Amino acid sequence: MSPVDGPGIFNPNLPVDQAVTEGRVPPRAEQEIPELHEVDCPDELRERIEELMARYPDRRSASIPALWAVQERYGWCTPEGIRQAAAVMRFTPAELESVASFYDLLHTDPVGTHRIEVCTNISCWMRGGDELLDAFVAAGEGADAHITGFECLGACDIAPMVSIDQRYYGPLEPNEAATAIEQLLAGEEVLPEKALAKRPLAADLPEGGS
Amino acid sequence: MAHALETRVLLEHAEDPALRTLDGYKRLVGGYATQEKAYRQMEQDEVLKELEDSGLRGRGGAGFSMGKKASFLPRGEMAKYLCCNADESEPGAFKDRELMQRNPHQLIEGIAIAALAADAGHAFIFIRGEYAEQADILDAAVAEAYEAGYLGTDILGTHRDLELVVHRGAGAYICGEETALLDALEGKRGNPRLKPPFPAVQGLYGGPTLINNVETLSNVPRIVANGAEWFKGFGTEQSPGTKVVSISGGVRRPGNYEVELGIPTRDLIYGLAGGPAEGHEVKAFYPGGSSSPVLTPAELDLPYSFEAMAEAGSMLGSGSIIVADDRVSIPHMALRTARFYHHESCGKCTPCREGTNWTVKMLERVVRGEATPMDLDIISSVQQNIMGHCLCVLGDSMAMPVSAMVNKFRDEFEQVIAEANAPYAAVEGSPLTLGAAT
Repeated sequence: MSPVDGPGIFNPNLPVDQAVTEGRVPPRAEQEIPELHEVDCPDELRERIEELMARYPDRRSASIPALWAVQERYGWCTPEGIRQAAAVMRFTPAELESVASFYDLLHTDPVGTHRIEVCTNISCWMRGGDELLDAFVAAGEGADAHITGFECLGACDIAPMVSIDQRYYGPLEPNEAATAIEQLLAGEEVLPEKALAKRPLAADLPEGGS
Repeated sequence: MAHALETRVLLEHAEDPALRTLDGYKRLVGGYATQEKAYRQMEQDEVLKELEDSGLRGRGGAGFSMGKKASFLPRGEMAKYLCCNADESEPGAFKDRELMQRNPHQLIEGIAIAALAADAGHAFIFIRGEYAEQADILDAAVAEAYEAGYLGTDILGTHRDLELVVHRGAGAYICGEETALLDALEGKRGNPRLKPPFPAVQGLYGGPTLINNVETLSNVPRIVANGAEWFKGFGTEQSPGTKVVSISGGVRRPGNYEVELGIPTRDLIYGLAGGPAEGHEVKAFYPGGSSSPVLTPAELDLPYSFEAMAEAGSMLGSGSIIVADDRVSIPHMALRTARFYHHESCGKCTPCREGTNWTVKMLERVVRGEATPMDLDIISSVQQNIMGHCLCVLGDSMAMPVSAMVNKFRDEFEQVIAEANAPYAAVEGSPLTLGAAT
């Protein structure tokens, strides 16, 4: 007799799933708001989050800024960090986790010290964004950096471009990736000539410049 | 020096780094004089009327009258809010970045005056998390404005209060949608809300909320200073004013150019941005960011205005032109576009979540050479089933350009498919000769 011919849950050929007879047991007890003394939150982080909460009419609005603060402190949104923020903000850790997992820039997994985001969207793709990403991945092998392709970073004027630790650089040639990573790891100023901050308005660029 | 085709109003003196500071803003363009005038001498209705008469249309994409939107807010004693949408994430758009980076005080003054028109006591700038550099600049400028008494309590001794907070997002295109922005600002996942109620009635924290784009608000000080008639002196009847246009892709000088609305699109692409590289031609262009249906070279001479772009079946959107020259494969460009929206779909509405997913899969089949011409019809029908069927327009933003590309460049899609099928066609056509040859 094949399992499907049998009388459902009474089929002797099938192991009986506990969930069928006893109901599903939740994997964890329902989450509670952790108390401050349970989480060992550094004073600095607590004060920062309290200051952030005070800026808004509703403390929940400080969720994203608080997660930024956690990420700044620990390098990524660690479960402990989220529990600490949750204790300060009086939310369950799950509520903050749900926010952290929604946004591309908040990392819920460990990432390196440096963040390198290479734009691969339409304008950058047309001008060599994919090749630039490959070059960064190759040059950054083994480096303490998180290198990813990214959706439009809003700098199509300097395509193909990259955001390195939240600062924009472009337009870049693939062979500049290695230099950028060397400078970054050595703690030097990265590609000073290619920083967006120093770029004039398009119409003010010297003739023939790009 | 501005190019002869440019009309710099918002970007006046933008080449001077001093403009970024409060002193520089006052010295170079007479900054904050308009806020003083509005706060000391004008009533809410006067400011509103000036904005409405000016015909200023929202610069974020929808092009709705800014003054009208502000007038929708109910009157009376209640907490009202103003949100500046600086979550510029549409592929091809980078004008707000330039405005915030070069002239942050113009935006702050615009917010202060708009807050008067909306009777809002609390304002927020929701800036995308990627723009950390610009957010730092805004933070510094806001601190200066507080220090000088243009923000805070009892502003300029007029008993008016305004708190302004720079709120950094964390990387999600959907937060540029106004109701998703509100959810994100309230500290939740950025999912769009059902409309109505519209934010003007029930927005942030359930209170009436005015949401405007950076460029829209940056226009406010000049309009209130010089009057609606002055503003209408620029641009066309239905699209008054100047516009900062982002031009990128296959052009020689990509960048932001401020022009009067209504100038020929050709002047923007060729005159200002230098046109495609030597020996190449424009094949297609998105006139208003990646969500606008692509146009062809035949439409290059259309005036660049809200009404002309709408008439051509596309839209001016955020005012971002992406040019594809003759080297760009349209099926690949369609795939790139679709992938973006697939990645950014929040997943709340089925047509968008599944539609973007399957469009990507089908376009991948096309470029891998595994599709049949029938797939093109299926792609088109999927787009039809997304449009208008979701809470927000993210799905439509993919459906519009993708269906335009399939319709206008069907030959190219079919050619890609035919080329991939060519070896099989040979086998089907002459099995015996093929056998003889081997």
